[in-house]
Amino acid sequence: MTHILDAIAAHQDYIYIVVLMIFLGIEVIGRVPSVLHTPLMSGANAIHGVVIIGAIIVMGKAEPDNYVALVLGFLAVILGTLNVVGGFAVTDRMLEMFKNKKAK
Amino acid sequence: MPILTLIYLLASVSFIAGLKMLSNPTTARRGNLIAAAGMLLAIAGTIFGYHDETGKSLGNYGWIFGGIFIGAVIGAVSARKVKMTSMPEMVSLFNGMGGACAALISIVEFNHLVKAPPVDSRAELLIILAGLLIGTVSFTGSMVAWGKLNGKVKDFAFPGQHYINMIVLLAAIAIGGWMLAHNLLSAPLFYTILVLSIVYGLFFVLPIGGADMPVVISILNSFTGVAAACGGFLYDNKAMLTGGILVGAAGTLLTILMCKAMNRSLLNVLIGSFGGGAKAGADNAGAQGIYKEVSLSDAAVVLAYANKVMIVPGYGLAVAQAQHVCHELEKLLTSRGVEVKYAIHPVAGRMPGHMNVLLAEADVAYENLLEMEQANEEFPSVDVVMVLGANDVVNPAAKNDKNSPIYGMPILEVELARSCIVNKRSMKPGYAGIENELFFSPRTSMLFGDAKKVLQDLVAEIKNI
Repeated sequence: MTHILDAIAAHQDYIYIVVLMIFLGIEVIGRVPSVLHTPLMSGANAIHGVVIIGAIIVMGKAEPDNYVALVLGFLAVILGTLNVVGGFAVTDRMLEMFKNKKAK
Repeated sequence: MPILTLIYLLASVSFIAGLKMLSNPTTARRGNLIAAAGMLLAIAGTIFGYHDETGKSLGNYGWIFGGIFIGAVIGAVSARKVKMTSMPEMVSLFNGMGGACAALISIVEFNHLVKAPPVDSRAELLIILAGLLIGTVSFTGSMVAWGKLNGKVKDFAFPGQHYINMIVLLAAIAIGGWMLAHNLLSAPLFYTILVLSIVYGLFFVLPIGGADMPVVISILNSFTGVAAACGGFLYDNKAMLTGGILVGAAGTLLTILMCKAMNRSLLNVLIGSFGGGAKAGADNAGAQGIYKEVSLSDAAVVLAYANKVMIVPGYGLAVAQAQHVCHELEKLLTSRGVEVKYAIHPVAGRMPGHMNVLLAEADVAYENLLEMEQANEEFPSVDVVMVLGANDVVNPAAKNDKNSPIYGMPILEVELARSCIVNKRSMKPGYAGIENELFFSPRTSMLFGDAKKVLQDLVAEIKNI
């Protein structure tokens, strides 16, 4: 028991972040109209592309003679970038159309 | 390093603000751009500002920029080129890329761990294994969902599949638990988990019907969010952590909202009892009456001399890419003094909100799109309802037939209108696999054919009147 409590105490800032983010995530999109479900999903999809940061770190730390890490890291950077760039671009294209409507 | 902390803080705030703005039609586009700007900042900050514990900055810039360049070009081009009707599968594809990225990070970090094992690697191992499992399931699942939406992958199920799925998943978790309990950095076990995750991702999505793909994509979306958050723990990176958890939570809620719009429970979608129940529904629907067909010119006359027309677009319109010619028909009828509105069911098309996007693309005015509740109030005063490739969302069985698998789903009550023209390619049942008594109602007439072709012909006919 003390073991678990120690672990909680040691990582309390993480635990706070996770708990607060869960509530925030739910709160922030709580009242979304169904019209926006698809763009919202697409936008959220782009945001989790933040995993690219991990890919960049992996790539940047890879030793020059560690080919497995180099190749996998390189692939990860490509895929992560695809997620980010593609995700935001697709979302923008969907929303572009909503905006045109409003302007008229 | 202090500057990087500030950058990650800004990025986190931009993700939160962006997501908030994305859930409101007037600010949505700006929200997307703000999140994108935050992302750009975070990426640039990482490349130039990151130092590890020993103060060393990153290397391999050639590889990093090369990868980003390739990914950005492919991503931007495919996002620009994709047709509006294929948007959902594009989202699924990009989601899969994110999942794969998280899984690859886990693989590389596991190898690092094996090479230089710390005394107690359990905390890191737990995160690495979680990232591997969730990321891989998200990747393979998204690939299947993508294949299903563009018709390349068919539904596939075998008896007892759910149990086997459970066993596969539990086996992966058990092996992971074993490794953690014994602080065991075994490569064979690690790759067994990878294989089991791939199998689970495939079997998890394969039996689920195409109509439920939006829900599946939304779940996998939140999975990838959690996988990204695992990276946040691993690298002590708050931007990854907040972004990932935020998407994980919001994605889960969005999934539930989508299920609600279809009046289904999440469990129901995942276990796929829809398909099973539908067969029973189809059996007792065998003794339906006869339907009546209407000729193109008759339909044109009926539409042209109506006072009020309500168009109900569905999946058929999306597939046929008929949104532009649909708008043309609307303009033509409006110029003849007919009042034309669109009734949008929340789950019409391939994804919730998909119809709004499609019709917006064709320049249909926002005010003419009625949501379900408004539309249902207006149907009794409508002369002609034009159903374009929609089926289950206008099936009165959802209200009347307690045995129907879609019983209880909110529908557009088109049967309240004075008459109804249904355009479909054939009498084949829709996604739910059940007959639609609307088609056999005396007020309904059928107009068979591809939605785009039929609408073009209708426009030509009406012009000749």
